[in-house]
Amino acid sequence: MKFKDYYAILGVERGASEDQIKKAYRRLARKYHPDVSKEPEAEARFKEMGEAYATLKDPEKRAAYDQLGQQRPGEEFRPPPEWSTQFGDAASGFDEMDLADLLAGLTGRRGPAGRRGPARAMRGQDYEISAPITLEDSFHGTHLNLDLTTTEFDEQGTPRRVPMIIKARIPKGATEGQSLRLPGQGGKGSSGGPAGDIYLNITLRPHRLYRASRHDLFLDLPLTPWEAALGASVEVPTLAGLVNLRVPPGTRTGHQLRLSGRGLAKPQGGAGDLYAIAQLVMPPELSERERGLLKELAAASTFNPRQHFH
Amino acid sequence: MTGEYYDALWPDEQQTMPLQALAERSGLSEDEVLQLSEWGALAALAGGSGQQMFSVHSITVARTARRLRDDFELEPHGVAVLLAYLDRIRDLESQLRALKARLPR
Repeated sequence: MKFKDYYAILGVERGASEDQIKKAYRRLARKYHPDVSKEPEAEARFKEMGEAYATLKDPEKRAAYDQLGQQRPGEEFRPPPEWSTQFGDAASGFDEMDLADLLAGLTGRRGPAGRRGPARAMRGQDYEISAPITLEDSFHGTHLNLDLTTTEFDEQGTPRRVPMIIKARIPKGATEGQSLRLPGQGGKGSSGGPAGDIYLNITLRPHRLYRASRHDLFLDLPLTPWEAALGASVEVPTLAGLVNLRVPPGTRTGHQLRLSGRGLAKPQGGAGDLYAIAQLVMPPELSERERGLLKELAAASTFNPRQHFH
Repeated sequence: MTGEYYDALWPDEQQTMPLQALAERSGLSEDEVLQLSEWGALAALAGGSGQQMFSVHSITVARTARRLRDDFELEPHGVAVLLAYLDRIRDLESQLRALKARLPR
């Protein structure tokens, strides 16, 4: 079993009072709670902090934890031998147990079997996990393998963490902010209760070309000044392949040229649009001839784009 | 990697659940669900049988409420206020994303 330094995780001294522990937890929770935080790794940090706080705020668990002494985080250790009497058969599996589960088991069984009274059918736990996908995944649909750690209880009610790989088929059209459900793939039910569900919160990874807004896509379309002025037919990449786009004469920077139905699929049917945003680009270097032609244009043109300044 | 892949389903907007099931699945008490509903954080549907019903979308909101209650040690009214702010932030983030998507890189 690996040691975790709960005091260090909360940033308090080993002799910290209950109030100091609570304050430290609240300060960190405000920063890392996954529902309110945008910090990277917030979810993992908060999980660790929650585990530390659940142990240190409970005098019984804290006393048991303190018995372990101070060790290096991540170092393998064996719990005191007398703890095994608390666990009976489960003690043989100490090595596979997590420290938080061990302490939870030591200070009171919380699983379904640990409840008093006749066993009632209980639905398994639901889980929510983040599912990052690419725009290509959203466009075509995809298969994901996602890691999840669930908690299961043995017959004595001792909790154990069970790592699982969730294999999910994501339908096309899933996009940022949507939540998809995997029915019956969550925690196991007890006493005949049904299994829980898994909710996949979809996030889109950034794409090198496109930016997504719901089911619409936006793409920067670089154009030469003469393509923009005279009009042109240009090849544009879509998620389904290249298409030809007619650029109308007189196109200006920022003009949005719409490719209908070339965005992401919508769950109700149909698809969003792809908008190519015109960006006028000058050649990095002008040849003699290009310079000459532009000078000729400058001399011939009466156009003044700054007329409104006066 | 071997093994079967399971279909991830879109939420069925027509699907509803009774108060008791929502409380059980979210980890909130029935009273807390009713209080959150009263303060507008959860939208109760008009049920014909006299039983309070909720849309299936409510489960996500109710689970968030339970996390906020437990992790920040909040009273239901504090949870309702925080949920309203989170909803507003999500809405603003969505608008910001839409605007940024329209801006050239």
